[in-house]
Amino acid sequence: MMEAVATIPPFERFYVDHREGVFGFLVRRVGRDRAEDAFQETFLRALKSYESLAHAGNLRAWVFTIAARVAVDDFRKRRATAAEHEPVVEDSRPAYAELEHLAGELPPKERAAVVLRYGYDLEYSDIALALGSSEEAARQATSSGVRRLRRKGVTL
Amino acid sequence: MKVSDDLDRRFRERAVSEGSLDVAYDLVDSPIGALLVAVTERGLCRIGFDAEPERDLDPLARLFGAKVLRAPKAVDEPRRELSEYFEGTRTAFDVPVDVRFDAFRLRVMDELSRVPYGEVTTYGALAARAGKPRAARAVGTFMNRNPIPIVLPCHRVVGANGSLTGYGGGLERKERLLQLEGASLTLLG
Repeated sequence: MMEAVATIPPFERFYVDHREGVFGFLVRRVGRDRAEDAFQETFLRALKSYESLAHAGNLRAWVFTIAARVAVDDFRKRRATAAEHEPVVEDSRPAYAELEHLAGELPPKERAAVVLRYGYDLEYSDIALALGSSEEAARQATSSGVRRLRRKGVTL
Repeated sequence: MKVSDDLDRRFRERAVSEGSLDVAYDLVDSPIGALLVAVTERGLCRIGFDAEPERDLDPLARLFGAKVLRAPKAVDEPRRELSEYFEGTRTAFDVPVDVRFDAFRLRVMDELSRVPYGEVTTYGALAARAGKPRAARAVGTFMNRNPIPIVLPCHRVVGANGSLTGYGGGLERKERLLQLEGASLTLLG
């Protein structure tokens, strides 16, 4: 199915449409206490890259991917603080950054599904929330994205 | 999950303070109905009558960029000046404006901004002062499409015979504003 390509809506409309879904998602990812900061961070990041969006294809998946990244950053920051006195050894490049690059050419929905599943280790129930679809549709989008990547020689 | 009013307000304020918006707007109550008041970083860019954000947001986004957000704090200054104007304690606006016009329209709007509180002029006189005495009709169009009525006082421009002629926000509002300013339509000359 072709996704309709539309110009991006005024940010106010986008924000009002997605604020509650994103907030609920973040409460699940980072907990009630930290969700408010993560919420602000998510929409501020969205605002900064809003103009560079070429079209309005699946803004929901787009903003949930940002929220997922904010949650991961929050987790890493907490872990770094907790382990302040130990040497921190980490991959220089997080898995999701690489994956976002590799998945760049997938259709928006499949791209979000693959990144959320393999980059952020999200459960299908959370991916479904991000895509605004059923869990079954989230699974399908993920596996279809993976198949498409495999055909290009990318293995996950 | 419901986003609390407090969190919502804090996000909107941060979006403004970080300078990330193309346009911030809010609805402002007035005796002539709710006004949509919008600002860019440079200044006041829109005052709309019969405010209906659903309808007003798209033109703002097309003109100034898609990063349009309701942010009450950002319009505090024009809100205060408008409220003083409607109370009758303010006769001129100090708030900076952001209008994007070509040269002739800019001259016309500049002349318009010099028409004093409580006085009226005509479309023809304004055209003449802007250097094109025959352009009364074009001046009428500019007035009709004035992006920031009240502050740029197109309500002070009337027909050569002293009739109110027209107003983007409806003749009733034009009359109301002139009454508020104590303008006398019989003193045209």
